[in-house]
Amino acid sequence: MSIDKNSRYRSSHEWARKDGARVVSGISDHAQDALGDIVFVELPEVGKVLKQGEAFGVVESVKAASDVYMPMSGKILAVNEALSGDPALVNREPYSGGWFIAYEPTNPSEWDGLLTPEAYEAEAGKE
Amino acid sequence: MDQTRLHAWHIAAGAKMAPFAGYDMPISYPMGSVEEHLVTRRSVGLFDIDHMGQVEVTGPGADAFVSRIVSSRVLDMKDGDARYSLLLNERGTVIDDLFVYKLPRAWWIVVNASNRAEDLAWMRALANTHKPAEVRIDDRSEETYMIAVQGPRAIELLDLVSDSRISAYPRFSSGNAKVLGVPCLVGRTGYTGEDGVELFFPADDAEKLWTGLIAEGEKRGIETKAIGLAARDSLRFEAGMPLHGHELSQDISPLESGFKWACDLEKDFVGKAAVERLASAGVTRKLVGLTVQGGVPREGYEVQDESGRAVGSVVAGMFCPTAKVFAANAFVEPGLAKSGTALRVIIRGKPAPAVVVKRPLYVPAYRR
Repeated sequence: MSIDKNSRYRSSHEWARKDGARVVSGISDHAQDALGDIVFVELPEVGKVLKQGEAFGVVESVKAASDVYMPMSGKILAVNEALSGDPALVNREPYSGGWFIAYEPTNPSEWDGLLTPEAYEAEAGKE
Repeated sequence: MDQTRLHAWHIAAGAKMAPFAGYDMPISYPMGSVEEHLVTRRSVGLFDIDHMGQVEVTGPGADAFVSRIVSSRVLDMKDGDARYSLLLNERGTVIDDLFVYKLPRAWWIVVNASNRAEDLAWMRALANTHKPAEVRIDDRSEETYMIAVQGPRAIELLDLVSDSRISAYPRFSSGNAKVLGVPCLVGRTGYTGEDGVELFFPADDAEKLWTGLIAEGEKRGIETKAIGLAARDSLRFEAGMPLHGHELSQDISPLESGFKWACDLEKDFVGKAAVERLASAGVTRKLVGLTVQGGVPREGYEVQDESGRAVGSVVAGMFCPTAKVFAANAFVEPGLAKSGTALRVIIRGKPAPAVVVKRPLYVPAYRR
């Protein structure tokens, strides 16, 4: 299981990483490995405003469909269009090319409540 | 839960395991099920299918008995022939689908793992009302191991490691050969749409044959990989082959899922009267293939016509790695079964556009 040390995490396996004023999110290496081959990703409309913990999309693997949740509240600025043609990017590069969404955080203080890489690693390692 | 004799091998190979038909089976290996599917389509896939059951029928009344219990014609089969057939109940619905091999001294019937106990009980009950003294039914599943070797280079690999030319076997026939020194019944059959074989051999030789085939493939430059049940499902789905419990079941008539060809109405068999009644009354639903945009159409999802009226439901659906489409099999009203008909599949509450397509999405090697 690889962990991106620059990200923070939700226990539901999404990561969030600061990118200037934006936050970028996707799912962790642990999550993509548990899901298996990812064949479809449904992402929100740009401009949509979502609360922390709200489902923003769906990731479908060979075996199941799973909701993905906002690590922080925010307004969607961009979605990763490359995933529609190559959803397996999430398997290959969960922290880079396989990102899901970029958003403007509407409550930046939520960052402090997310799991640190160490805390997430400990939690995911128990599964 | 049961384990196959390759269980420890699967675990050591890093397979994701899950229960299937009472066995802890490999679903996928670290390569991933999409790549496993593609390896089988381009080279050789090895499948541990020891969970499948084998039933041997012998005795002076065996020919008449087997002909009566299965739907397809079998009395014209020559020694070594293998034929797809259905086991129907009196209602004319499907207890199981199976492969019937005619061997020199026995009928060898290969059944689905999940239905093995029910099949055996049904066959034994029929034998008791037939001519019990003349028919003997033996469950050979425990002592028999089964591995499938499938893919465009499977026969090439088999020829290199066997003591007879497997390439000389016609499709849907079988013979006895030593493969890597292990005595096997070799059937030129399979469940992937590719050429290949299914091997039956003594269970004690499972690891020897499995690891030997992988090593020989590697040595001879023939890519040969272990394939899990997820890819086995996508391979069979794409090639238009049914999976009992989905396209066939005790709630489904073979006429509804396009298996009239497997029912020989010129002979007598259990369930024939019901099949004939439905044939003259006409079916009220038909199995169709759909391609779908905007998500994976999964089992149980509702199918609607363009006006939003419910017209059926999905029995199996997935991403097809070779056809590169999302596709479903669904039962719909006969009037909507024509290729090109526009329908919808409801995916997570939203209608996804779907269109009826000709099955199979991938034409099996033996039909080309």
